[in-house]
Amino acid sequence: MRHDSDVLAKQLLGVFAAATALLLALVLGFLIRESVSVISVAHVWHFLTDDGWYPLERRFGLLPMAWATLVVSLGALLVAAPLALALAAYETFLASPVVASILRLGMGLLAGIPSVVYGLWGLTVVVPLIAGWQAPGTSLLAAILVLALMIVPTIAITSSAALARVPLPWLQGAAALGMSHRTLLLGIAFPAARGGIVAGIVLAAARALGETMAVLMVAGNVVQTPSSLFDSVRVLTANIALEMAYAEGDHRAALFASGLALALLVLALTALAHRAQRGGSYAA
Amino acid sequence: MLFGAVLGAAAALCVLALAWVLWDVARHGLTLWSWSYLLDEPSNAGRSGGIAPILVSTLAILAVALTVAFPVGVATAVWLAEFAPGRAAPVRLALHALAGVPSIVFGLFGSALFSVLLGLGFSILSGGLTLACMMLPPLISTTEAGLSALPSEWRRGGAALGMSRSSLVAHVLLPAAAPTIVAGAVLAVGRATAETAALIYTSGYVDRMPGSWLDSGRSLAVHIYDLSMNVAGGDRAAYAAASALVVLILVINLFAASVRRRWALRQLAPD
Amino acid sequence: MHPQFGRRQLLVAALGIGAGARSTLTWSAERLTLTGSSTVAPLALEIAKRFEKLHPGVRVDVQSGGSSRGIADARSGIAQIGMVSRELKPDEADLTSSVIAIDGVSLIVHRSNPVATLSDDQVTAIFTGKVRNWRDVGGPDRVISVVSKAEGRSTLELFTAHYKLRNSDIRAQVVIGDNQQGIKTVGANPGGVGYVSIGTAAFEAGQGTPIRLLNMGGVPASVAEVRKGRFPLSRPLNLVVRGEPSQLTKSFIAFAQSSAVYDLVEAQFFVTLAPA
Repeated sequence: MRHDSDVLAKQLLGVFAAATALLLALVLGFLIRESVSVISVAHVWHFLTDDGWYPLERRFGLLPMAWATLVVSLGALLVAAPLALALAAYETFLASPVVASILRLGMGLLAGIPSVVYGLWGLTVVVPLIAGWQAPGTSLLAAILVLALMIVPTIAITSSAALARVPLPWLQGAAALGMSHRTLLLGIAFPAARGGIVAGIVLAAARALGETMAVLMVAGNVVQTPSSLFDSVRVLTANIALEMAYAEGDHRAALFASGLALALLVLALTALAHRAQRGGSYAA
Repeated sequence: MLFGAVLGAAAALCVLALAWVLWDVARHGLTLWSWSYLLDEPSNAGRSGGIAPILVSTLAILAVALTVAFPVGVATAVWLAEFAPGRAAPVRLALHALAGVPSIVFGLFGSALFSVLLGLGFSILSGGLTLACMMLPPLISTTEAGLSALPSEWRRGGAALGMSRSSLVAHVLLPAAAPTIVAGAVLAVGRATAETAALIYTSGYVDRMPGSWLDSGRSLAVHIYDLSMNVAGGDRAAYAAASALVVLILVINLFAASVRRRWALRQLAPD
Repeated sequence: MHPQFGRRQLLVAALGIGAGARSTLTWSAERLTLTGSSTVAPLALEIAKRFEKLHPGVRVDVQSGGSSRGIADARSGIAQIGMVSRELKPDEADLTSSVIAIDGVSLIVHRSNPVATLSDDQVTAIFTGKVRNWRDVGGPDRVISVVSKAEGRSTLELFTAHYKLRNSDIRAQVVIGDNQQGIKTVGANPGGVGYVSIGTAAFEAGQGTPIRLLNMGGVPASVAEVRKGRFPLSRPLNLVVRGEPSQLTKSFIAFAQSSAVYDLVEAQFFVTLAPA
């Protein structure tokens, strides 16, 4: 049956969606326009093979920073995901309502604290701790720890909402069958909420890849391929932040190109996640 | 039992980390608090005086961002999930790509589009609109995920009852997905309050009380950044401003929790 | 029942925005915009506030974004005045600069490091990675953590010019962006060494931050020495304009160079232009 209100709704909503699509096209177009002068096979070759990043001497080796970005984000995800999922599971199923709302509040708080505050805390608390172990303290490890703390709320909040959607009859059935908490969570709740959880993790990965300030303050910012947790590293976003104000011409375009590369990376990640998610939520 | 204890321990760890950060902020910053702190203008490059104009600017920027991002975001998500899933792929793709773009790039984009092309200059409007762009991806992603996860039987059931799709969405689906939508909004607002780089280029650096939406005004996050990274001896004041920001986020989150409770009560489907 | 509050909020917000927009479109003709160096910005902000008090009806907006932005905006007309934390380069001869303050740059180490001075050769050796441990320059047995600035910063250019190095020669363990970050980084690391603004470092050291300033070429690193012109490493903080400035611009620049703002300059731990 075709309702008039549906036709109207579809058009109205379509306008909003078109506005969103336009916006996205504008942002991506801007990125591409600003980096176009260095998008060529020759330039990409330079990005991959130049020795070191010294733009004023026309050396544009991006690879060490690309590795650093990947390792920092991956490390942060590996640390944050288990913690956040455990937190979400606890808050949804095991905590009393009072504790649960306190936990939710806490996660919302963590989500809104500016990266500069995390960076300050990292620089004044985490870095000296690591420096006591091995100089200089500003390191891959510091970046991973601080970044992990920053993305825990993203995963926790989305996973919590996803877990809350698991149909109650399923949980009641599991309890009736005498399943332990562990079996229930790992065998039923998490798989059922897989869609939302993966979405949360992808969002967190995107946030981790795009995070600038906090990482800039604690990672050390030396352009080198990381070979140990205590090495000082520079991620692509910190590079943009450090040099954008002073960059011109090809240097500036190269910075925008690294921003474009980040966007494409998140895209690839998302596509991978969707593939892994095929056959996802049982409820749909 | 052991498993439950492990989960509880993980939760406690996260809470501990949060408490550590907040304790650091409060310890250094709350000593500067007083009523005049919240009502005065900053002086001495922000190291003394108060943060009244900055609070106003921050709230104004947030208001613009939310007013634009929330309707557009929810509408787009509904469209993607309910009305045109076939044509959704490119939009969804672009959304995900955008989630990975660094904030400084958004700042430069916002500066180019809103400040220069649309002639808004350094202004609250400029900053708010730029923030709205940044908030759309997480908002749309979570809302759409929330809607997609709802059982498809509901849609068939609605059709069987002769309900229009739009009616179903408005009366059944959105309220049922409300917790997820609120979660998405909380994340998006969190991103907005935490944003610094994008706002330096758009809503700017001025610490005067804004007189209009076209005035430049610095947000709390920009103020904190300037005081801690740029102004000598600005650390105490930076922490004090950070404390104010934490209180602001707390208020917003409490509001979101009450909204979530209110909407959950209106759910038509059994939980 | 629909959740009503959403619609009501939207309506109120829309009215508010409309009302706000309508009331804003009359700008006073007397408006000045400065953009540029984030080092100069806090000083310019305070000078602007004092200027506004003396000239009611005038609005002076200060934005940051970096010295290069200051130059670009001064050229394109987006800003009437650009803030630049260095001397103008030869290819920037289309702009005129006016110095409003001087900023000395000194080496700092962690307070627990007994080394009090380093010769030019020692500094070069440390920063190029030839010397890796403090004991090789008379200090304790501790790994040196070199803290250097990111490429393009004027402080870095000052440093490399003085010690006749290229940026690619420097082997740093940590790279930083702003002065404050440098201070905090060295303060967090007992083996750290870096170079930052003298005034800021002196203030922070006085506040208890665990850093210490090193002598340079026998001259103690202090604001007094910079004022006397005896400290080897210093840079001017400039206001730049293109072409013939307006009356308001001229008036502001003159004010910024006058003794009426010396206290503001010193409050930011820079050195005034007052004769020593």
